[in-house]
Amino acid sequence: MTMIDRLVHQGTFFPVLAVVTSLIVIWYAGAVYLNSAQLIDRYQKQEIDWSIGRLAADAWRMERPVLPSPHQVGLELKKTVIDKRVTSKRSLIYHARITLSSSLLGFALGTLLGVALAIGIVYVTTLDRSLMPWIIASQTVPILALAPMIIVVLGSVGITGLFPKSVISMYLCFFPVVVGMVKGLRSPEPILIDQMNTYSASPVQVFFKLRLPSSIPFLFTSLKVAIALSVVGAIVAELPTGGQGGLGARLLTGSYYGQITMIWAALIVASIVSALLVTAIGRAERIALRRLNGGQAVTA
Amino acid sequence: MQSGLPVVQTTDLSLEFSTDDGPVQALSAIDLDIAPGEFVSLIGPSGCGKTTLLRVIADLEVHTDGEILVNGVSPGEARQNRAYGYVFQAPALYPWRTVRRNVMLPLEIMGIAHKEREARAARYLELVNLTGFENKYPWQLSGGMQQRVSIARALSVEPELLLMDEPFGALDEITRDHLNQQLLELWRKTEKTVVFVTHSIPEAVFLSTRIVVMSPRPGKVIDVIPCNFPKERTLEVRETAEFLEIAHRVREGLKAGHSYDDD
Repeated sequence: MTMIDRLVHQGTFFPVLAVVTSLIVIWYAGAVYLNSAQLIDRYQKQEIDWSIGRLAADAWRMERPVLPSPHQVGLELKKTVIDKRVTSKRSLIYHARITLSSSLLGFALGTLLGVALAIGIVYVTTLDRSLMPWIIASQTVPILALAPMIIVVLGSVGITGLFPKSVISMYLCFFPVVVGMVKGLRSPEPILIDQMNTYSASPVQVFFKLRLPSSIPFLFTSLKVAIALSVVGAIVAELPTGGQGGLGARLLTGSYYGQITMIWAALIVASIVSALLVTAIGRAERIALRRLNGGQAVTA
Repeated sequence: MQSGLPVVQTTDLSLEFSTDDGPVQALSAIDLDIAPGEFVSLIGPSGCGKTTLLRVIADLEVHTDGEILVNGVSPGEARQNRAYGYVFQAPALYPWRTVRRNVMLPLEIMGIAHKEREARAARYLELVNLTGFENKYPWQLSGGMQQRVSIARALSVEPELLLMDEPFGALDEITRDHLNQQLLELWRKTEKTVVFVTHSIPEAVFLSTRIVVMSPRPGKVIDVIPCNFPKERTLEVRETAEFLEIAHRVREGLKAGHSYDDD
């Protein structure tokens, strides 16, 4: 209730409610539209008289719909999230945990790599000139093509399980972190750098006392992008490993067996995981920025 | 440091910047000696090189010709010895540090023990009348107070030489008058050598023992005006005939530099 109270207080509750309601209405309408061809075909074969009302009712309770209706997805979510034990391979919580752990590991590795590269670029002129084109080029390779190769190559040298999947998340994550951190580490005004020179500060002191704190706002902006990418990376990585678990594997199973409802349920869980992660980073950001501004409230 | 020896000594000092439009002569043949305990103002229109000269003394810019000694050594060596405190035009405070920790920043960098850092922060914040504001953050202070914090920070290094680059330029007239009096008081108490860049004639005449009038393109010294009011003076001194006479001479000097002809 407190969450709703806060939303009402902020004046965002009713707009959000309106958007959600209209999305659900559109979804129901879409279900009728997309499933109608299959149903009408069946009605004609069985020579059944049908009305729009019957078409809609049938469209919303098909066993193998093109687009399942919201309540069918809801039911599937209840079955696979609440009713199943979390240790069961049929529980989406079980799969979400697998995806979450490889996303988080990949996010951590990607952030470390990104920060390290940014420091190199800012402090070493040669790296500044040479590294950036490669970093940009790395992101032009479609991850969907690269992911199976990384899994296979690492698998052939005996590295399997969580780590290869995290590598793919890391590959997506480090990019926004490099770009943001390079900008952030270069953000202190010239007057502050001059001032450090008047103190004869060492490069290490300038880094920890001035450049690093100045880069924090830029870092958080990058982290919000990176965390969402890390979930995408983990799911993409789970596709070629098929059947080993994770939301990606669940998506693959769903499409093998034509279980569209199962795919939708997995997608919804994946987006909830992403949303929670982005929210968590947003919270951390607010706290960090407040401290960085000496307790003054800031709008991120 | 032996007293009597100049704190700053320049001989034929020149600086040429290379820009896309060719070289620009920022400083040309500057000869200037500044004795210990002096309060020297550099005055002139924008582009006359007064800030550049200050930056050369601070080793933030390197001269291209002539010689300069700070405390008898090169500016670079003087900077390494932390011989001066520099007050910038903006307060340049760190928003994530309290007033106390802002003042302690250079001391942390110099590796001074924690107890001594705290003691000096307290001492110099008291000197600029900011006792009681130690735990505030910069955004909670007015512009004038922020600039006083930055002066306390420059003093905390306990340098013999204080370099100030239009420190009150961004403040309103009333605050500026007030801070001028405080700075004078501070100079009297600490007996430091001050080099002060300004474009305000009354400010320069009120504060200085000597006023160096500069003109632009190329930046050079066109007049050096001694200005010896009693050390204990109030703002009322600005109404005396002597004050107006010196102010007039500064203005004439600025005119002679043809500094406003082409603006």
